[in-house]
Amino acid sequence: MTTEPLLQATDVRKSYGRTAALDGADLTVRAGEVVAVMGPSGSGKSTLLHCLAGIVRADSGELRYRGQDLTAMSDGRRSALRRSDFGFVFQFGQLVPELTCLENVAIPLRLAGERRRAAEAKAAAWLERLEVADVAGQRPGEVSGGQGQRVAVARALVAGPRVIFADEPTGALDSLNGERVMRLLTDAAHDTGAAVVLVTHEARVAAYSDREIVVRDGKSRDTERVS
Amino acid sequence: MRGGYTWRVYTACSVGGMSIGHTLLGLLESGPRHGYDLKRAFDERFGHDRPLAYGQVYSTMARLLKNGLVEVEGIEPGGGPERKRYAITDAGITDVEAWLAQPERPEPYLQTTLYTKVVLALLTGRSAADLLDTQRAEHLRLMRELTRRKSSDDLADQLICDHALFHLEADLRWLELTAARLDQLAAAVTR
Ligand SMILES: Nc1ncnc2c1ncn2[C@@H]1O[C@H](COP(=O)(O)OP(=O)(O)OP(=O)(O)O)[C@@H](O)[C@H]1O
Ligand SMILES: [Mg+2]
Repeated sequence: MTTEPLLQATDVRKSYGRTAALDGADLTVRAGEVVAVMGPSGSGKSTLLHCLAGIVRADSGELRYRGQDLTAMSDGRRSALRRSDFGFVFQFGQLVPELTCLENVAIPLRLAGERRRAAEAKAAAWLERLEVADVAGQRPGEVSGGQGQRVAVARALVAGPRVIFADEPTGALDSLNGERVMRLLTDAAHDTGAAVVLVTHEARVAAYSDREIVVRDGKSRDTERVS
Repeated sequence: MRGGYTWRVYTACSVGGMSIGHTLLGLLESGPRHGYDLKRAFDERFGHDRPLAYGQVYSTMARLLKNGLVEVEGIEPGGGPERKRYAITDAGITDVEAWLAQPERPEPYLQTTLYTKVVLALLTGRSAADLLDTQRAEHLRLMRELTRRKSSDDLADQLICDHALFHLEADLRWLELTAARLDQLAAAVTR
């Protein structure tokens, strides 16, 4: 493949105090591909994801998203970019407990300025697609872990992101539910053309990716990278 | 997608998936040995519950000799094949190198070969970490293929894929654990 990279990290470094969480990490993500980020616990996977998504500021290195330099961007522009272009799924859904599942899924659209009815209609369609239409009116505390993760996936996809960042999205699920969530997530991403950065230490989860990179001691090589 | 296993060098027979020829060659890399010494070294390190028969050693060495991968450096008085002192040739080293570099075909119970490769890599000062990385990539390639195949609606076929996937996952967990302990392993093996 020779597609222009969507997201490219080069020699990214990030320390927390004396801990070098990232010590020269490379990663290239092209439009529509699912890249698994693997590696032992504490190797820096989540930190890499946070830097790529502009949640955490890297100490040094280059981070480019569609040609724009993420490190040079103001905080305001970066959060605007996160809202418009990125979707997120974490190990524990991180749904807003006071809102219904439907309202949770509608959040990204509401933040983008869509009217409630239009936003909730789209949210309902995504819940349907992820086979959890029946929990639309329930609050996150009233649904199972597997259902909650599907709701979180729906929320990540609803606004049509170009990249979905997923950090151990199935970490709290049994293997059957985990597989279902992975299937739904990757199918939806492929259909909408969204790329997925999938952090996982589980090989069976990584097997849903198109390729993998391994982070060790804060370092990663990307053999697919375009120079 | 890479083709995988069309390129394979078979210089010796395999027992339980392990190539005795390559293993004996690898053992010769640290210096020339007599036939009986080779057998003992093999049994000690890799024989476990299945020691090599003398006949196997000599037929294997005869083939390696014929293929130019080893040469006879000397013969002790008394005769007999166990008295021959074998040395690895450059071609032999290249062959071991190729064998160690070539990922094993992922299958449910490949740990023995992989263990042998890891130990041999450590013994010969090669990068066991690279070997493990290469193997992980190979396993994941197959796991992806099986995962894609599972998206069909054939439940019986999904079941067999899952069976394979769980075995492969077990291999990978072993690979990761080994990778995390390579320094200790190196110390233990070369002691
Ligand atoms: N906010 C933080 N403050 C201080 N140290 C941190 C912080 N976040 C991460 N670290 C440290 O950075 C290193 C990398 O952490 P990171 O969370 O990226 O690892 P990980 O690969 O995601 O691990 P896991 O698989 O356990 O989630 C660890 O040593 C961790 O303790
Ligand atoms: Mg993490």
